[in-house]
Amino acid sequence: MMTEANLPADMLEPVADVGGIAQPLLQVKGLTKHFPVRGGLFSPQKTVRAVDNLSFAVMKGETVGIVGESGCGKSTTARLLMHLMPRDGGDIVYDGMQVGRSLSLRELRRGMQMVFQDSYASLNPRLTIEESIAFGPKVHGMADGAARTLARELLGKVGLRPETFANRYPHEISGGQRQRVNIARALALSPRLVILDEAVSALDKSVEAQVLNLLADLKREFGLTYLFISHDLNVVRYISDRVLVMYLGEVVELGPVDAVWDAPAHPYTRALLAAMPSSVPDRRTEVPPISGDPPNPIDPPSGCRFHTRCPFAEPVCANDTPKLGDLDTMGHQAACYMAVPGSGHSRAPAKARGDDAA
Amino acid sequence: MSAMLDSALQAAPATKARGYWATVARRIVGDKVSMACAIILVLIFASALLAPWLGLADPYQGSMIRRLRHIGTPGYPLGTDELGRDMLARLIYGGRLSLIVGILPVIFAFAIGTSLGLVAGYVGGRINTAIMRTVDVFYAFPSVLLAIAISGALGAGITNSIVSLTIVFVPQITRVAESVTTGVRNMDFVEAARASGAGPITIMRVHMLGNVLGAIFVYATGLISVSMILAAGLSFLGLGTKPPEPEWGLMLNTLRTAIYVNPWVAALPGAMIFAVSICFNLLSDGMRSAMDIRN
Amino acid sequence: MFAYIARRIVYVIPIVICVALVCFLLVHITPGDPLVAVLPADASQELAAQLRSAYGFDRPLPVQFGLWLWRALHGDLGSSIATGRPVLTEVMRAVGNTVMLAVAAAMIGFTFGLLFGLIAGYFRDTWVDKVATSVAIAGVSLPHYWLGMVLVIIFSVQLNWLPAVGAGPGGSGAWAWDWEHLRYLVLPAITTSVIPMGIITRTVRALTGDILSQDFVEALRAKGLRETAVFRHVVKNAAPTALAVMGLQLGYMLGGSILIETVFSWPGSGLLLNSAIFQRDLPLLQGTILVLALFFVLLNLLVDIAQAAIDPRIKRS
Repeated sequence: MMTEANLPADMLEPVADVGGIAQPLLQVKGLTKHFPVRGGLFSPQKTVRAVDNLSFAVMKGETVGIVGESGCGKSTTARLLMHLMPRDGGDIVYDGMQVGRSLSLRELRRGMQMVFQDSYASLNPRLTIEESIAFGPKVHGMADGAARTLARELLGKVGLRPETFANRYPHEISGGQRQRVNIARALALSPRLVILDEAVSALDKSVEAQVLNLLADLKREFGLTYLFISHDLNVVRYISDRVLVMYLGEVVELGPVDAVWDAPAHPYTRALLAAMPSSVPDRRTEVPPISGDPPNPIDPPSGCRFHTRCPFAEPVCANDTPKLGDLDTMGHQAACYMAVPGSGHSRAPAKARGDDAA
Repeated sequence: MSAMLDSALQAAPATKARGYWATVARRIVGDKVSMACAIILVLIFASALLAPWLGLADPYQGSMIRRLRHIGTPGYPLGTDELGRDMLARLIYGGRLSLIVGILPVIFAFAIGTSLGLVAGYVGGRINTAIMRTVDVFYAFPSVLLAIAISGALGAGITNSIVSLTIVFVPQITRVAESVTTGVRNMDFVEAARASGAGPITIMRVHMLGNVLGAIFVYATGLISVSMILAAGLSFLGLGTKPPEPEWGLMLNTLRTAIYVNPWVAALPGAMIFAVSICFNLLSDGMRSAMDIRN
Repeated sequence: MFAYIARRIVYVIPIVICVALVCFLLVHITPGDPLVAVLPADASQELAAQLRSAYGFDRPLPVQFGLWLWRALHGDLGSSIATGRPVLTEVMRAVGNTVMLAVAAAMIGFTFGLLFGLIAGYFRDTWVDKVATSVAIAGVSLPHYWLGMVLVIIFSVQLNWLPAVGAGPGGSGAWAWDWEHLRYLVLPAITTSVIPMGIITRTVRALTGDILSQDFVEALRAKGLRETAVFRHVVKNAAPTALAVMGLQLGYMLGGSILIETVFSWPGSGLLLNSAIFQRDLPLLQGTILVLALFFVLLNLLVDIAQAAIDPRIKRS
């Protein structure tokens, strides 16, 4: 599918593939972001642990979904990966290269682009659509005329007629069209990784489906890798190869999307899936849905962060923090004592057997 | 629904898009009140500028035998002042100094305050704290008091008036510029521009200025109204220019004693200040609503 | 609530110190030697040096500021060069008159501002609204010292109803609460009230519009509430904000009274400031400005606290 002829003749050269197919495009190790919160006049300063010791990898050409309730640190993760805010700890490795060492920040931003949730706020109201798309390539040294030609070409690629749309302003087009423009803007820098932060969440269902199909087409045409952040489990299942479930800044479960859907190992994942409107009546409410709001991230519970809302919580869950453990050989992992043999939880599988993970 | 709209727009013929500023300009021109104010202001400015070529009487030449003539006296359409000088000539010539002292401080404050506010809003952090806390100190003074205190300390004179009024307006414009900049800076499109690898100067130029300047400009236009009143007020107190120079505030001062003899001539310079002040106020209001893209 | 008040007060302290610094520096930006005003023209070098050290002008600036602030904290703002009396005594006597004028003006401005604002907001986009907003715009665009002159021309010169200048018959300093004295307050108070009236009209008009467009007003109407009840509801919601704006305007009136007091020869702090400026009485100038600015800071603080007490949402930000 991906031939030279498909690409516009004068796109920016993508950041070169150095590691080959076996090397993850993105490796995240121990990513941490704490926000200081102003205490009262006499009370000590507190911190929100928005993202806490997050680790995962994205292979070349795959789509990884990140799901979780609002406020669990999904969007912070996206901004940290884009280096839009400084992180407090952890490594972000792009195709084996670290920013500041073998990769400059400018190069990283060419290799990794982002589409935001709010299609209107993410376009400058004073610039035409063509100017907005052409801005990035110009920053990276492309001449104005060439950048505008590229912008028009990309408009066509995202399904908008350049003659109609190039000179329009963001407020003159619909939300779905704006989000197409934002996708074109991200593609204008020839990225290999695109982070989609709730990119379809604000759209009508019918428009959402169109944009999702467009994303799938573009992925094939440009050989892209997606990191797809959403609270909508149906959408994540549709588009993702693997999925990562976040709760209060931590990964609680991760694995191939079908494995996670068919055999969710973490009670939080099970609760999320149970709360999802399902078309199959038999699959509804197997597990009691989670009660209450997420705990205050300023003061997260000790041990497993989910134990305050978990129907299976036992003393061990409050005392120690479970680590991500393998459930099978396909990369399905969960951070729950019920999945760790011999953890001390009454529902944990017996040691050395480990065939009864769910 | 939206899908239909999508295809409908796809099919629409290519239209000539109007730029944002073209739309704003068209809306201002369409607003009767704004246009009336603009025309009055242009007339006042033009007559002040062209005063020597309008065939007016000498604004400095007085005569003891024709003091305080009434409005409508033949040869003196607006009467004469306490030293027998032609009021029409003095009012028109008076516009020169009055407008300069009223408008220059706002222009200076616009330049300084916008720069400070942009830096404070865009850079944030300690620089923001330093600039905005300094601004807070000046906000602890009522503006009239601050202007008079600085003018009073520096002494009478046009330059000192302009300096003191500039100092009064810089904190106000800085505060507006900072809050607008902070608002725009937190918008996703600025994040997106950063994410595309652009440096702060490029982002400031391409993405910030166009979204920030309009609001600050409207605010500054409204300030001209205050500035005209304050500048003339300083002259009225004797802190501005010195006699026999024609200037509206000073004329109001020297004519004060004449209110028992010829009251309406004495009130004329104030009417000029009022006219300029209200026109700038209405124009500022008109621009604000023209720039509000939602309606 | 207590924590909020404590935080606001702690925040005000550096502001007060900086305000004092600005007042202190005012004297030092004046061209020429601050001694000139005190020194006789033919003073000898020794006398100049003697006075210089007596006033502390020979010490480094930060030390001078420290000493000045220390004395100011103890209520010692120095003595007026012109009269020789303590600055604080002079200022406080004058401030009393200014406060009276400002409070009278505030009452007029608040009443009419609230009234016009409510009417304009309630009958939005009708001719009533247009008249009310025009009055408001004129109010904030008027050179108020000129309005004072025009009122004097009409009511004193032409109609001879009210006195043009002064604060009492015969130019005596004593004030009494009778019509003989109150007559003198009418014109200055009306003149001073015009700006706050304009500002409050605009604020209340916008507020009324916002409140009326909210869903709960629709709900009240749907419930069959009569228009008078809806109106009462709007007043209850708009009044606190209008009161807060009025509080701030009171501060502006205290500080900005110099022009109107000059027009009406009203013996307040503004007139005192005027004479301090033209007699180059620097200690008096400095002291008056400091006292007025502190009044303003205090009023701001009170308004903030009062607003937080009424509206709990403010405390969070």
